Amino acid sequence: MSYAAGVDVGSTQTKAVIIDEDRRIVGRSLIDTGANVVKAAESSYLAALRQGHIDEEEVEYIVGTGYGRYRVTFGNTQVTEISCHGRGAVHLFPNTKTVVDMGGQDTKAIAVSPEGEINDFCMNDKCAAGTGRFLGAAAAALDIPIDELGPVSLQSTKPIKISTTCTVFAESEVLAWLGKGKKIEDILWGVHQSIASRSAGLMRRVGIHDEITFTGGVSRNLGMVKALEERLGKKLNISEECHYMGALGAALFAHDHVMTGRAPASSAMEVTS
Amino acid sequence: MTTQSTQELVGRGNREGAALFRDWFAELDATARNGGQSAYVFVMGSINEILKTFDLPVVFPEINSLQTAVRRVAHEYLEEAEDYGYSPDICGYVKADVGMQLRGGEHPMGQIPVPSMSVLTNACNTYIKWAEIWERMYDTPTFTIDIPGTRQSGTQTWQGDSDFEADRKYVETQLRELITLCEEVTGKKFDIDKFRQVLTYANTMSRCWKRVLELNASKPSLFNALTDGTIFLGVANGFRGTQEGAEYFERLAEEMEYKAANGIGQAIEEQYRLLFVGVPCYPIFRRFNELFTDWGGSFVNSTYLWFASGGTNRGFEYDLADPVASLAEGVLISVRDAMDSMFHQSEVLADMARDFDVDGVIYHPIKSCRTVSTGLADGRRHLTEETGIPSLFIESDMMDRRVVSEAQMKNRIDAFFEGLASRRLAAGVQG
Repeated sequence: MSYAAGVDVGSTQTKAVIIDEDRRIVGRSLIDTGANVVKAAESSYLAALRQGHIDEEEVEYIVGTGYGRYRVTFGNTQVTEISCHGRGAVHLFPNTKTVVDMGGQDTKAIAVSPEGEINDFCMNDKCAAGTGRFLGAAAAALDIPIDELGPVSLQSTKPIKISTTCTVFAESEVLAWLGKGKKIEDILWGVHQSIASRSAGLMRRVGIHDEITFTGGVSRNLGMVKALEERLGKKLNISEECHYMGALGAALFAHDHVMTGRAPASSAMEVTS
Repeated sequence: MTTQSTQELVGRGNREGAALFRDWFAELDATARNGGQSAYVFVMGSINEILKTFDLPVVFPEINSLQTAVRRVAHEYLEEAEDYGYSPDICGYVKADVGMQLRGGEHPMGQIPVPSMSVLTNACNTYIKWAEIWERMYDTPTFTIDIPGTRQSGTQTWQGDSDFEADRKYVETQLRELITLCEEVTGKKFDIDKFRQVLTYANTMSRCWKRVLELNASKPSLFNALTDGTIFLGVANGFRGTQEGAEYFERLAEEMEYKAANGIGQAIEEQYRLLFVGVPCYPIFRRFNELFTDWGGSFVNSTYLWFASGGTNRGFEYDLADPVASLAEGVLISVRDAMDSMFHQSEVLADMARDFDVDGVIYHPIKSCRTVSTGLADGRRHLTEETGIPSLFIESDMMDRRVVSEAQMKNRIDAFFEGLASRRLAAGVQG
């Protein structure tokens, strides 16, 4: 059996996915990226191999993706996470037309073809407003673990409107609302609504067409799923694999190479500054 | 042609353009040190033809400013202007110039003289506020030429139309006032014969500039509209109406004719032909281009070469029999076209994409220039709906390194090319 792998080195977490010849996920892992990006890529990949009981030699081709894709030193080539999320989303949900990927430092709206090709995309611009980092700032201000943000926010009965879009100022605004005696769940729901609003804006730029698949780490947050669905007036495709979508897409590109010998289009040039 | 011809001709425009550029700044440096006169002008309608008739060295503050970015010292000037009180959000060109003026004209390419007068058009609102700064700093006479622009998309009038004639006369009256001001500032009488000679040089330049741009429809393209084109643009602005400028463009056209005839393209293997819309990313000028050439992407044309040459890309040639009236006609048509290149660009982009067989259009809005950036999102949407040509929208700045994120930019550019590649592959499979 030959396998293909994708390693997605994100700003916050690194994910690895290994698929077999039938494009079934046979191993996956997720770890915090931390300061040593090269090591994170290696550790994540090795953990996915272990989970799938696969030897390194059995993996024929590896594609790196994410901001740290050039740090996947053992990879064969690199593909952007934009292409990978599109590819992965259409693989898991074949009727996907629009992908919203919400990660640690950016949010992307991607319009995809039925084959998973990128028709258009749009990202937040050099600012963490409307991204996972915005949630992280709120979690820090409220002293709540990130995983509990969504469930707590869903208990809201009187949502607060968060006016700032700046991640730095969000913390002080959250504290200001706390000082006024507002409930944590109401403040948090406001934070979720604020992010959903900005994300919907990005999506409108590429066109919002059914079906919509929600990917990236923040897709695990049920509060964000609800906030986005309310904002868009549409149901979102989500699954446990959505967090791994970038790595899955990368593995699918690697799979193409395994099956056809055709390497994905790629730039070998690294960022210099 | 022989190999020797190839060695002599290919790249000559870049070499000679760079040399002329150094000469220009050496002249400005000498003028500054000798306390000589100079005119401050702008790229969208410099009216060099009149100023050169009075032998006034011309200073293009926009070009001075972008040079600080290319030479990676823009932040020093920007911060100086911000310390003075300017907001980080306003035009980086203005701030770098203010920083330079506060430093007494100190510029990486030499000393820049203070203005004896400034000439501007209404092509950019910021020009007007910018010139007011010099007015206050140096008590400089400022002359603003109001160019009647296109009232509504597709409503341009042309020679023979009464509206056009009214507009032309309006511009001519202003040009005659400018001539009077130049006489007062320089103490020289206007020399109509010299003026005709200047117009003759400008005609040669316009004719050749238009031809050079047209020739880049060749496959492979002959020059990179972003990098090489900016060198040509510098000469087109600084040397308009001069013998050196005319000869340079004659030789440049000769080089491009030769390259076209012999199938000599750029240094890269051209995979994707691109059209650039906006102002270049000067803080990482070379690198920005490499992000595209790494994929085999080459810029075959650019709206920048249109509006930042004041619309002289149209190739308008003056009638020497009635020179001032003809200059007014040329200025009206060219500057109006420069403005249309920013504001009514969708149709011309669609034509250009077809004529140059373009694979993609790169929109580059910039933080500190609202004039060129405001309509790009709408224009892009319109072009996509009309033509279906793939396009990329990347935002950065023309001056301010602080808002240029190479990693984010590369991510977008790579994803754009990945999309182009997969579409081309799919088309090949279907074909």
